[in-house]
Amino acid sequence: MADGAPLLEARGLTVVLGGVRALDGLDLALAPGLRTIVLGANGAGKSVLLRTLHGLVAPTAGEIRWHGNGRRARQAMVFQRPVMLRRSALANVEYALAVAGVPRPVRESRARDALGRVGLSAVAGRSARVLSGGEQQRLALARAWALEPEILFLDEPTASLDPGAAAEVERVVAAIAAAGTRIVMTTHNLGQARRLADEIVFLHAGRATEQTAADRFFEHPLSPEAEQYLKGELPWK
Amino acid sequence: MFEILSSFEIALGLITHADAELWGIVWLSIELSVVAAVIGGAMGLPLGAIVGIARFPGRRALIVVLNAMLGLPSVVVGLVFYLLLSRAGPLGEWGLLFTPKAIVIAQAALVVPIVAALTRQVIEDAWAEYAEQMRSLGVGTARAVRTLLWDTRFTLFTVGLAGFGRAASEVGAVMVVGGNIDGVTRVMTTAIALETSKGDLPLALGLGVILIGIVLAVNAAAYGIREWSARRHG
Ligand SMILES: Nc1ncnc2c1ncn2[C@@H]1O[C@H](COP(=O)(O)OP(=O)(O)O)[C@@H](O)[C@H]1O
Ligand SMILES: [Mg+2]
Repeated sequence: MADGAPLLEARGLTVVLGGVRALDGLDLALAPGLRTIVLGANGAGKSVLLRTLHGLVAPTAGEIRWHGNGRRARQAMVFQRPVMLRRSALANVEYALAVAGVPRPVRESRARDALGRVGLSAVAGRSARVLSGGEQQRLALARAWALEPEILFLDEPTASLDPGAAAEVERVVAAIAAAGTRIVMTTHNLGQARRLADEIVFLHAGRATEQTAADRFFEHPLSPEAEQYLKGELPWK
Repeated sequence: MFEILSSFEIALGLITHADAELWGIVWLSIELSVVAAVIGGAMGLPLGAIVGIARFPGRRALIVVLNAMLGLPSVVVGLVFYLLLSRAGPLGEWGLLFTPKAIVIAQAALVVPIVAALTRQVIEDAWAEYAEQMRSLGVGTARAVRTLLWDTRFTLFTVGLAGFGRAASEVGAVMVVGGNIDGVTRVMTTAIALETSKGDLPLALGLGVILIGIVLAVNAAAYGIREWSARRHG
């Protein structure tokens, strides 16, 4: 990656779901080391984009290239609503490590380490599904972080949380980025986007209409759709 | 009215004085129903889990068949096994007709569809919730199935209890393949049917009270398990 080649490149990415062109020939290159926030109105295709890049949705057309050579990066995804197994917080992280092939002897220490980094050490033994929404989302972040992903996709991770819990999640996302993981995240919270973003990708009707450094985007968005979105004028679909 | 009340009094006497005939029937019922629930559960659970998760040709047809079997008159199921197990039938040489084993087989056959249908629902709901997260983590099918079964274990145990309830309350099929032979294949339900038709209301009532008690206890246990697991695991 020292040569600055993109970590991930999508060309002509098209995804048709139930007759809807959720992505419509989208082009995107993600350089390493940045925090990208994907913005766009409801239905613009943000979730489908993240799920497609993550490999959960097969593109109808177009291609996704990793590192420019086809090797899929180590990656993880955090969803708006975390899905936890009916077992302890610690066991949920250990489960992800087991699936990833991490040898048993080191799983527990790695899992405890990840819980500590998101501030959940005290509830490691509690059943994951009885934790609060904010704690469960941080647990989802710990589970993802423990996998030491090169890239982490987050789809509106704070949309169901109260402001305090959202701020905690934001802090953890910033820490994950600082530790070297590429962040690609969607949000409808523009304050959060300003705080977290190095660059903004703006989606409109299944295409990336612009990809701009964050400070420039909020001053002078390039596309008229983005300008309207920032003014809050884009009609909700 | 008076006759019913006095019958009820005698029935309670039979229960409290541990009438040997009555308790013999009760234990045989419980024993056969537990075995039938275990065998039927062992077949219905994987069947339901596979139908709940896997997508294969004929899956919808299988679901329709399973659901139809839920509503099958048990007497007809009994008749089918009667024909299979009777001397002239294909399984006649096993000599099982009118034995407790025949009862277990018929009961198990009735337990399979109910356990399979309930398991399918449980597993399908859990899979709808978990699928995307599991695929994101890279969980393979075999591990996903194991994880789902383990995560729904308390609910699935209550499915097993429902299977036991089905077996224990069964009359028609048990009558046909068991023959209701005194001391051999006479269980609670068939005894109630017989004693009622003979006019021996106290024994029928006594058995009825016990059967209702068992069904209540099983349902209370299922309810308690669900409540406890919801509090413990969410
Ligand atoms: N499974 C699906 N079936 C049909 N249409 C879908 C499906 N998922 C998403 N879509 C459609 O694709 C478009 C983009 O959806 P999405 O990526 O969820 O938007 P958002 O930007 O709000 O996250 C929307 O029009 C949505 O209705
Ligand atoms: Mg979305």
